[in-house]
Amino acid sequence: MTMTHMDANSPAHGNHPMPPGMLAGTAADRAIAGAGLPEKISVRNLEFFYDGYRALKNISLPLYDRQVTAFIGPSGCGKSTLLRILNRMYDLYPKQVATGEVLLDGVNILSPKQDLNLLRARVGMVFQKPTPFPMSIYDNIAFGVRLYEKLSKADMEERIEFSLRRAALWDEVKDKLRQNGMSLSGGQQQRLCIARAIAVKPSVLLLDEPTSALDPISTAKCEELIDELRSDYCIAIVTHNMQQAARISNFTAFMYLGELIEFGNTEEIFTNPTKEKTSEYITGRFG
Amino acid sequence: MTEIALTLTDAHASTARRARRQRLQDAVFRNATLAFALLVLLILGGVTVSLIDGALPALRAFGFGFVGTEVWNPVSEQFGALAPIYGTLVTSVIAMAVGIPVSFGIALFITEMCPAWLKRPLGVAIELLAGIPSIIYGIWGLFVFAPFMQSTVQPFLIATLGQIPGIGNLFMGPPYGIGILTAGLILGIMVLPFITSITRDVFETVPPMVRESAYGLGATTWEVVWNVVLPYTRTGVVGGVMLGLGRALGETMAVTFVIGNAHRISSSIMAPGTTISASIANEFTEAVGDVYTSSLVALGLILFLITFTVLSIAKLMLLRLQRKAGA
Repeated sequence: MTMTHMDANSPAHGNHPMPPGMLAGTAADRAIAGAGLPEKISVRNLEFFYDGYRALKNISLPLYDRQVTAFIGPSGCGKSTLLRILNRMYDLYPKQVATGEVLLDGVNILSPKQDLNLLRARVGMVFQKPTPFPMSIYDNIAFGVRLYEKLSKADMEERIEFSLRRAALWDEVKDKLRQNGMSLSGGQQQRLCIARAIAVKPSVLLLDEPTSALDPISTAKCEELIDELRSDYCIAIVTHNMQQAARISNFTAFMYLGELIEFGNTEEIFTNPTKEKTSEYITGRFG
Repeated sequence: MTEIALTLTDAHASTARRARRQRLQDAVFRNATLAFALLVLLILGGVTVSLIDGALPALRAFGFGFVGTEVWNPVSEQFGALAPIYGTLVTSVIAMAVGIPVSFGIALFITEMCPAWLKRPLGVAIELLAGIPSIIYGIWGLFVFAPFMQSTVQPFLIATLGQIPGIGNLFMGPPYGIGILTAGLILGIMVLPFITSITRDVFETVPPMVRESAYGLGATTWEVVWNVVLPYTRTGVVGGVMLGLGRALGETMAVTFVIGNAHRISSSIMAPGTTISASIANEFTEAVGDVYTSSLVALGLILFLITFTVLSIAKLMLLRLQRKAGA
């Protein structure tokens, strides 16, 4: 693999007009754009191996608290892999190894001493497809809560209403909480999954292409929801939809073949990328 | 112009021919498969009718008392099915009590926790276990397992559980080695591979993402299995259990070897007994006289009804479960 696109000082090939000052901009410079914001998660020199295959190469980037960070890049670039490291989902599978550091509130979660269940309670995840459990809407949400807290019936009901309201689903399901979660529509199911993730009071939300299986209207609802959740959570979202990344994220990381090509303010990444590869990708010339 | 029109009609004609031929093929195929499907009903009906027909003399002689009588006396030609029915049900219950938890444990270990290198050997071992002919379980049971039960397990049970008032009655009497308990345990081993392989297969149908969602909430393996995997697969799991139960109810050879073949009902599960299939297998050669033969056929009819009932209950249970889940 060539390193040309990694060379921070290579001149942009006039794909688009660029102010002269930006020509020398580097990913590191861009990261400074977020300086001053509290870092919820700091990824440092992260490498990842699937049975010896190096899937992530020396990734370092911050995830800021109460901000949405989008991960974009062509299929197989490692965005989902990176997300799955942040709650150590990869631990479920043998022969998957991560090295480097991922600090969550300053504590390295890659340490073998990290309690996985507690970590996953703090870092919620929503997947490409809605994954309601085969139980009632009520129990879908209560399931996660019951793992950690012993709530009275009233408190549990309050928590369920809170989560469903937060996930913009309450009005649609408040009269049928005892119905099976799988009987909802796809968009409702996905919001149920978001509600379920919120119910255990995490501080980080990982969204792995959360709208890829949804129709445009449900997608719009989910995006609206993500926009609202921003004020309370550190959100990382993987998306193949460039407009979505531009619409809802504060920061964007562009990845390619397991490397972090560029990280910075979403606006700058999309209007004024420093790397040729980034600009080629966001303008749709490959990927 | 005419030439083109001609080729066109030619083409139409050949297409029409093809379509006709396809319609014919389709009709033949449809009727052939329909005939095969009807064959199933025919066989089922035929078996039922001949069973009832064969059982009639016995039922006429003893009435419904046949089911409720323990006596089984070929000399005086007095027959009752209670002891074999009791033995069939009790051995099956013991088999299920042993087989279900162990099978679930194996299936869950293979799908949820097993390191990749062990998965295949374990799977093959289970299939091999299913492939062992029941006669082998029978001789192994008689020559290896029953003596072990007699020398070790049964004395232990008599000394411990047998001393407890109430349930102690189940574990009393001399340690014969052979008996209801031994037969039930052998059956438990025999149904193990069936329940295991079916439950393993249905556990693997749980989408990885659903499983990861549960882990993603911080659930432990046990919580994921109990709250997500099992509810998700309950239809298949009940199906697997029923298949095992069906096998336990009808298993003949291995049971005949180790159950003791005594037509009586004892309070102790360590005492010798008999099952429906063991009685039939043991006695059909010596069954002289119409009533004796007919009584054995009547036993078969009862076994048929028991398995039919078990299956119906299973179907009803699944229906209820689905309705409760609101799916």
